[in-house]
Amino acid sequence: MTDTLLTAADAGLLNCHSCKLLTEVQSGPHAEQHCPRCGSHLHLRKPDSLARTWALVIAAFICYIPANLLPMTSVTSLGNVQEDTIMSGVIYFMQHGEWPIGLVILVASIVVPLTKLFILIYLLITVQRKSQWRPLERTRLYRVTEAIGRWSMTDIYVVTILVALVQLGNLATIEAGIGAIFFGAVVVLTIFAAMTFDPREIWDNMESTNDR
Amino acid sequence: MIDTSNLIACHECDLLHRIPEREGARCVSRCRRCNAMLHRGVENSVDRTLALTFAGLILFIVANSFPFLAFKLQGQETHTTLISGVFSLYSEGKWEIALLVLLTTIVVPLMQLLLQLYIYLPLRFNRVPWLLARVARFAGGLQPWSMMEVFMIGIIVAIVKLVGMAQIVPGLALWSFALLIVTLAAAAANMDPRVVWDQVEYPR
Repeated sequence: MTDTLLTAADAGLLNCHSCKLLTEVQSGPHAEQHCPRCGSHLHLRKPDSLARTWALVIAAFICYIPANLLPMTSVTSLGNVQEDTIMSGVIYFMQHGEWPIGLVILVASIVVPLTKLFILIYLLITVQRKSQWRPLERTRLYRVTEAIGRWSMTDIYVVTILVALVQLGNLATIEAGIGAIFFGAVVVLTIFAAMTFDPREIWDNMESTNDR
Repeated sequence: MIDTSNLIACHECDLLHRIPEREGARCVSRCRRCNAMLHRGVENSVDRTLALTFAGLILFIVANSFPFLAFKLQGQETHTTLISGVFSLYSEGKWEIALLVLLTTIVVPLMQLLLQLYIYLPLRFNRVPWLLARVARFAGGLQPWSMMEVFMIGIIVAIVKLVGMAQIVPGLALWSFALLIVTLAAAAANMDPRVVWDQVEYPR
């Protein structure tokens, strides 16, 4: 292995994101290139990565507001209707001594989505400012956002199971609330946001000073 | 003209590496700059993936054919299967969530299993399946949307939530779910994408 840090982009090579084949960049203005092996679109960096990720992050934040204010579930029991939002559900469990379950929902529905969104915003801002500060740690943060996003789906699944199980007419019925739709949208938007962000942009700012 | 056949680029920081020589039965190579996993070599990858895929399909059928929870309250009893949860949401008019749950817990995991069978069964007998490149690319893109393990956490939370309210009886499908999650993860860990991509003919 040579000592210089040579990237695929420096060498004029396109890395196929799906089959990992390296293809030489063809000259010519805006020639669209496809991977000769698997047919994927080839590009040096994910196209419009920053703009797309910003758009998805902002959209997720907007959906996060009704997701928290509108009810996730409405429970009808002997004629009484009780509507629960994410936070009121968490508080209910904490007060009734079921703190492990309250904690699971708090982490999955509040901590995970917010952590993910704030990490993405931090990465977007540092990439835009061409920061050279701790690229390794920032890449690790990116891996965290990729790994944790799916766990936010927990509450959606809990609602699904409750709705299917508790259908006893007047005795007890649980229905999904509008908040659940917005919360589902937050999860999907943040997964797409992590996909459109290109962690190679973190390292692109390093190359000018890192030529050893 | 650069010879790219022995090079691999890190997908997280774009650094070029020489493809390392195979050192042992199982080897993981990582990027020397950002520590991302470049490649994982697995011995008998095709056999292992195929065996786990068959096991996964059987567990998938069991998990979806039987109720995973029963709920008993004052002589009334309801059962739920995965698909009945989706139907309840749909009949309440929450089709957006119904669709999301249907895709992430039924459609995507089933497609993954079937596509793995389509790819690895012919490879096992030294044949190249039709449209291998397209199928393998599509199968790779499905991974983030398969959320069986998250569903399992959802089941556990729902059980604890309802346990004070009524009698909850876990069903056969619950155990199949638990095994299916382990099987899916094991299949994913035993796949060696390079074994598949090496079989694809392309103009060089």
